[in-house]
Amino acid sequence: MGSALTILRVVRGRAPLALVVFALATAQAFAVEKAPNRGLPAAAPTTDKNARKGDTTEGTTTKSATTDAEIIALINTSIKQGWKDAGVTASPAASDGEWCRRLYLDVLGRIPTVDELTAFTSEKSPNKRRALVDRLLESDKYVEEYARNWTALWTNLLIGRPPQQRDRRSMVNREGMQQWLRRSFLKNKSYDTMVYELVSATGCSKPGEEGYNGAVNFLLDNLQENAATATAKTARYFLGLQVQCTQCHNHPFNEWKQDQFWGMNAFFRQTKALRTFAGRNEIDFVRLENEDFPGESNKNPKEAEIYFELRDGTTKVAFPTFVDGTEIGHSGFADEVNRRVELAKLVVKSEFFGRAIVNRLWAHFLGYGFTKPIDDLGPHNAATNPELLERLGQEFSAHGHDLKQLIRWITLSEPYALSSKIGPKNKRDDPTLGEKPLFSHFYLRQMRAEELYESLLAATEADKVKGSYEQQEKTKGAWLEQFTIAFGTDEGDDETTFNGTIPQTLMMMNGDLIQNATKDEPGSFLHKVWTSNMKAGGKIDVLYLAALARKPTANEFRLANELLAARGGDGMAALQDVWWALLNSNEFILNH
Amino acid sequence: MNRLFKTPTGMSRRHFLEHLAGASALTLPAVNFTNSLAANAKDMKKRHKAAILLYMGGGPSTIDIWDMKPGTSTGGNFKPIATTGEMQICQHMPLMAKQMKHMAVVRSMSTREADHTRGRYYMHTGYVPNPTIEHPGYGSVVSHELASQLGDLQIPPFVSVGGGSVGPGFLGMTYAPFVVDYNGDVRNAATALKQDRLEQRMYMLASIEKGFIAQNRGDAAVEHQKVLQKTVSLFTSKQMGAFKINSEPQKTREMYGRGGFANGCLMARRLVEEGVPFVEVDLGGWDMHNGIFPAMERKLGELDKSMSALIEDLDQRGMLDDTVVLWMGEFGRTPRINGTAGRDHWARAWSVAVGGGGIKGGKVVGATNEDGTEVTTDPYKSEDLMASVLKALGVSLETTFTSKNNRPMKIANSGRVIKELFA
Repeated sequence: MGSALTILRVVRGRAPLALVVFALATAQAFAVEKAPNRGLPAAAPTTDKNARKGDTTEGTTTKSATTDAEIIALINTSIKQGWKDAGVTASPAASDGEWCRRLYLDVLGRIPTVDELTAFTSEKSPNKRRALVDRLLESDKYVEEYARNWTALWTNLLIGRPPQQRDRRSMVNREGMQQWLRRSFLKNKSYDTMVYELVSATGCSKPGEEGYNGAVNFLLDNLQENAATATAKTARYFLGLQVQCTQCHNHPFNEWKQDQFWGMNAFFRQTKALRTFAGRNEIDFVRLENEDFPGESNKNPKEAEIYFELRDGTTKVAFPTFVDGTEIGHSGFADEVNRRVELAKLVVKSEFFGRAIVNRLWAHFLGYGFTKPIDDLGPHNAATNPELLERLGQEFSAHGHDLKQLIRWITLSEPYALSSKIGPKNKRDDPTLGEKPLFSHFYLRQMRAEELYESLLAATEADKVKGSYEQQEKTKGAWLEQFTIAFGTDEGDDETTFNGTIPQTLMMMNGDLIQNATKDEPGSFLHKVWTSNMKAGGKIDVLYLAALARKPTANEFRLANELLAARGGDGMAALQDVWWALLNSNEFILNH
Repeated sequence: MNRLFKTPTGMSRRHFLEHLAGASALTLPAVNFTNSLAANAKDMKKRHKAAILLYMGGGPSTIDIWDMKPGTSTGGNFKPIATTGEMQICQHMPLMAKQMKHMAVVRSMSTREADHTRGRYYMHTGYVPNPTIEHPGYGSVVSHELASQLGDLQIPPFVSVGGGSVGPGFLGMTYAPFVVDYNGDVRNAATALKQDRLEQRMYMLASIEKGFIAQNRGDAAVEHQKVLQKTVSLFTSKQMGAFKINSEPQKTREMYGRGGFANGCLMARRLVEEGVPFVEVDLGGWDMHNGIFPAMERKLGELDKSMSALIEDLDQRGMLDDTVVLWMGEFGRTPRINGTAGRDHWARAWSVAVGGGGIKGGKVVGATNEDGTEVTTDPYKSEDLMASVLKALGVSLETTFTSKNNRPMKIANSGRVIKELFA
């Protein structure tokens, strides 16, 4: 890896574009091959402390403006070609305010405060967008929020939202999962390291217990039925391969075969979960361990096989075989062949690995991935912009699987900066009608429940009453519970558990959080606005900026004034009404 | 300008709101105040089919309720009594015994999910849990399929009393259970605002909505406005009165009994009367691994009173022919009584009760062996039961849904109708 980056560094200084691109590709091939083998014991990707640190230093070099600019240019060129081919004209650029709002939402999981917004919009530097992205990703001020947001996203993906009534027999320790993710994001652990650790994890589920390793919670949630779900989710989340349909039969319209599912499944068969109970029925914590697997027939652990049944009733045998056909040793003795470690290595060096995460993050920022669903990258499901997807996947790997780097490329690209207003010449770019997304305008989307919560806190400055991280998360969890009826995981569906339902709207109109947000008590946001020495117009402006990241239109301004008059000059009441309406509006609740 | 925002006195509310809306083609959310107030539920209402699911969380011991084995080692402490149907049931269900002419008991349920979470999912959806697809539950399927019959229903079509149930899966949040608690409180439905102030806020809100939509931002913005409208319609609707069981005569309240489940059953009748096509009422607490008989006796008393009242009430109001009542848990319990005088999970042979909606009452379907451990007739599964309920509701069993990852999903997982329920 080190040498790959050295090559890059040398080439990048002065080489013309074509050469750089070529060098990137070459280095890439090298890096992919070497990725899981960075000279560490057991050929693990990295642990953050040692090799990762070195990477970061080198990473700084790779983050030169040219490098990022080249990749962003690749994105822009490819997406623009798509517009040209389809004969659409892209929407104009979003305003600074709109762009700033969406960046805060997508990176930190909340909208900007008035101060943050005006600091950005009043800045004159031509590089101010780049600077803001860097600030949100790198500065000490935001690192906690960044970690909180991505921890929430990944927790929902890996173990789902919490059920209404906690299952006392559940093996998952939610805090354990969150703490591990949070630490990973706080130190920007490389993505391959993260996934390697998730797939190969052993240790205890609960923080504070001996041998705590929160990463085990992902698998602990998925071990039932001989780890069938662990098999499916590992392939789906980290490789974008949907093998789960083949669990029972060869798939009618994709090329995965039933033996591929069971070949993958065999990797998980040394996994053992040891439960420790508190009281009679309640699981306190679980240790995930590897134990020798004698094979299902129990005959010869050196040939530790599993069996699966075909539809016609015939039984077939399977050994650990990766989806690309790579086989590992058949031994079930964990100290001879550690199956999950082998699997983890194969996953992070798979050609699908980079593509899968690029597609997931692209969908996070742009509303749609290059494929639908986002984690179905098999050959039967053609991507829009396939070369771009592949290329970004390679670049991601070549740049040390650095999630922040990937976020930079996407958020500084042109498609991310487009207005969400649709024009006559890109009207048909409408993925909701089943069309392939062209990214010729920004696609509106509902805030996730977590985003709405954090945004309400930001807009109303209600987070002034802060407890510990855990307390804050508990308060948020209790609030979220009212919406999370499906309790599913966010598996890249277009729909979240929070998408314009009646309970949500009732909450926005009448709920506690809104009542607090519109209170006129001393110390509240509204009270401060009301008692400030701003003119009436300025006060209305502040409310619009806080909620919508823009000033009111002339018409809106006029209406607000009429409202003031209608309230018999009771300015505070009028402000409350305006504020309530703003927080309930589509423009507030949508990422636009 | 002042008067624009004051509560109108000299003109109709509709006129006032239209005035506010100006010439806009967009409907103000607030206009629905008028519609809902004006709607005359009685003559708008069409005959429609509906279902009430009484869900027994925890898995009741059906061998002690519907399929008793007196005089055997597995038979337990209770005695059977005669009913108005062809079956005998537990002595602690005397009121239900009188109603059994309306209910069929399927004694040949045989399933494979004996874990609470999996069993709940399977019995609600007809599908076993799958790692990557979420299937819709009963209420979502039924309300989705009966959507065209809903008329001017302002209450969401799937109401779940006391929580529980299963989500809408790939059918989407429109068909999610609308969860209310046992006393009918809808979270956040009450507003402390006076009507005029709410209207002013709605007016302000409408102007922001309109402005944003006019900028041509796509469907999500338009959809949001529709939901706003639906929500305001709901919480200002007279139909919300259906949740208010307090308005029932004392006699009726007494007939249903007191407590959460009683309230839920009464609310279910009121909601179905109002036009809601699916109501689920949850009665948990059946997971009796030890000391089962005294616990069952208490629980059965509660169940007997409220469930019998519901059936009797539906019958007396002429609603039973169009309303399916389904009683089920996630599985039954082991015929063998364990060392702590309890019964454990047993999915291989157990019972459900179902009636109304044209299902033949008073019947027994299927049988188990002498000690209740095995089904001796053609066994039925969750999907078969679901197909039968859907048939009773007039839903086509040929319906195929498409899940989000484009997988075709047969309604009720291609279950076969339990023929005996209809012949």
